[in-house]
Parts: sequence; structure tokens; C-alpha cells
Amino acid sequence: MDAHAHASVGHAELEIPYNVHPRPDTGLYNGKLGIWLFLASEVMLFGALFSSLILLRTGAEAWPRGYEFLNVKLATFNTFVLILSSVTVVMAWSHLRLGDLKKGRIYISATVLCALIFLTAKGFEYSHEFQEGRFPKTNNFLAIYFTMTGLHGLHILGGVIVFLYFLGPGAKMWAKEPERYTNRIEIAGLYWHFVDLVWIFLFPILYLM
Amino acid sequence: MSDPAAAVEPGVDVHVHAGIGDPNAHHHSPEQIRREMKVYLAVFAGLAVLTAVTVGAFFALKTFPVRIAIMVALIIASIKGFLVAAFFMHLLSEKKVIYGVLILTVIFFIFLMTLPVSHHANPFGS
Repeated sequence: MDAHAHASVGHAELEIPYNVHPRPDTGLYNGKLGIWLFLASEVMLFGALFSSLILLRTGAEAWPRGYEFLNVKLATFNTFVLILSSVTVVMAWSHLRLGDLKKGRIYISATVLCALIFLTAKGFEYSHEFQEGRFPKTNNFLAIYFTMTGLHGLHILGGVIVFLYFLGPGAKMWAKEPERYTNRIEIAGLYWHFVDLVWIFLFPILYLM
Repeated sequence: MSDPAAAVEPGVDVHVHAGIGDPNAHHHSPEQIRREMKVYLAVFAGLAVLTAVTVGAFFALKTFPVRIAIMVALIIASIKGFLVAAFFMHLLSEKKVIYGVLILTVIFFIFLMTLPVSHHANPFGS
């Protein structure tokens, strides 16, 4: 056996199975099952915080109304931005499935841009709250507000890092394994939609009630 | 490269649902993918309208009891959540194993949400 053949055998031994094509028993490629299990744990993480919010609110004699001092207009704008970013992710995935990397990357870039706009607006909101002397230690409402929106913001930041990777060094995969790259965008997108889903509930609960 | 369809057992469900194809099927026709893109844009428009409705309804109901405002806001948020999960996350046509994971998650989530209720119902609580 020559050196090239040895290398091929070695490569075949190291190859992780079901990266692209579905496993016969689950009908899914492994990354997709993995992201859903991760999202299940995320549901419990945010669920614990929502549960804490209910406990604090129902146990308090008086509870501040978010809309009286939080910036509802900016939060509504942010909701639109996040919804827009969800559609740009699925459009990116669709264009990659059509074999169009250029458009796929444009839509991924649009997603990153939306995420950065969201974080910038959130930064303005936070700085306004701090200027007004409203901190997490001020009261239970602000404690849970900063905890939940802060954790959500960290998830947005995590998504930005992942998408930037796929726009940069991660995009090299397209040349050799376009289907695998497309799958990666799909599972990053599933994470992103979950982050959007969390905000869909955070927005009315914290800002409007 | 092997045929992906061959990797799926005959018993595994691969079907098309309400304009959104099975997200795990790798070889959709370009026409089908373009049809799906139109559905995504329609869902986006629906979500944008519902966001405006959430804010509008809340301020319209501001004079009503808080309980009603909360209920309306949560109903609209749930519809929006359904649209995201069903169409963007393709839960209308996913595999049974994912539904299994999600059912288990929902059971634990409901348990988490009922914890505050059980706390207030506890006659021995402080």
C-alpha cells in the first residue's frame, strides 16, 4: 500500500459519520439532533428565569409597569429587527441549498448586521437606564429585567460570533463540502430562531405588562 | 457520495407539509425551494403585523384590567411563537425524534411554570 492509500484509509477512519446525510434510525444528521438537544436545555434555562419572574411578580405587593419607564418604541424596533434577522437566516439557508454561496453570504451578513443593530439599541437602552439611576440592585423588576435581557443579549452575541465564523474561515468548507456547510447554517439558524422566539415573549412580558 | 435517500429507512417519515418541504430531505427542486422562500417572506410579514398589533392592542387595552392585557399580549406572542417554530424552525414537518425531545421539554417547562403556583398554594410557606 502506498503512502497516498495509507492517508486515504487514515482519513476514512477519522471521518465523523452522519455529518451530512441522515442517520437511518433518527432520520437526521447528527448536528441537527445535537442542536435540538441543546435548545431543549436552553428552554429550561430561560424557563427557570420566566418561572422566577412569575414568582417575584405574584409575590410582590406592588410591581412596576415596564412601559412606564422602559423605552417601548426602541424595544418594538428591536423586535422588528430580530424578526427580520430570522427571515434573513432562512433566506441564507435557502440560497445555499440552491447552490448560491454569494447570496447565502449576503443574507448571513444581513443577519449579523441586524444582530449588531439590536445590540447597539440595547446598549442605548441600558445606558439610559443607568443614567436614570436604574440598576439591577434597584428593585426586583430591574434585577429580573437586566438578567433576562442580558442573558438574551449574550445569546445574540454568541450567534454573531458563529455567523462571523461562517462568513470568514468557516466558509472554506463550501469548496469541498457544500452540503455540510449548508447544514451548519441550518443548525446555526435554528439556534437563531430560538433566540428570536425568546425575545417574542420577553418583549410583551417585560415592556408591556 | 452515496444517495441520501438510500440512507433513510423505508419506515422513516419523509413528507411534504403545507408548502414547506421536509427540511431533512437534501434534494429539493429549485422550484420547491423558491416556493418555500415565498412562504418565509409571508411569515415575516405576518410576524411584523402581529408585532404592531401587540403594541397597538396593549395601548388600546391600557384602561382594562391588567389580567386582560396580559392575556391578549400572551395570545399574540404565542401565535408569533407558533409561526417562528412552525415555519422558520420547520416543526410542521420534522422527525419523530425531535417531537419526542420537544414533548419531554414541554413537560418539564410546564412543571417549571407551575412551581410559583405551588409555592403560593403552600399553606406552610412563609
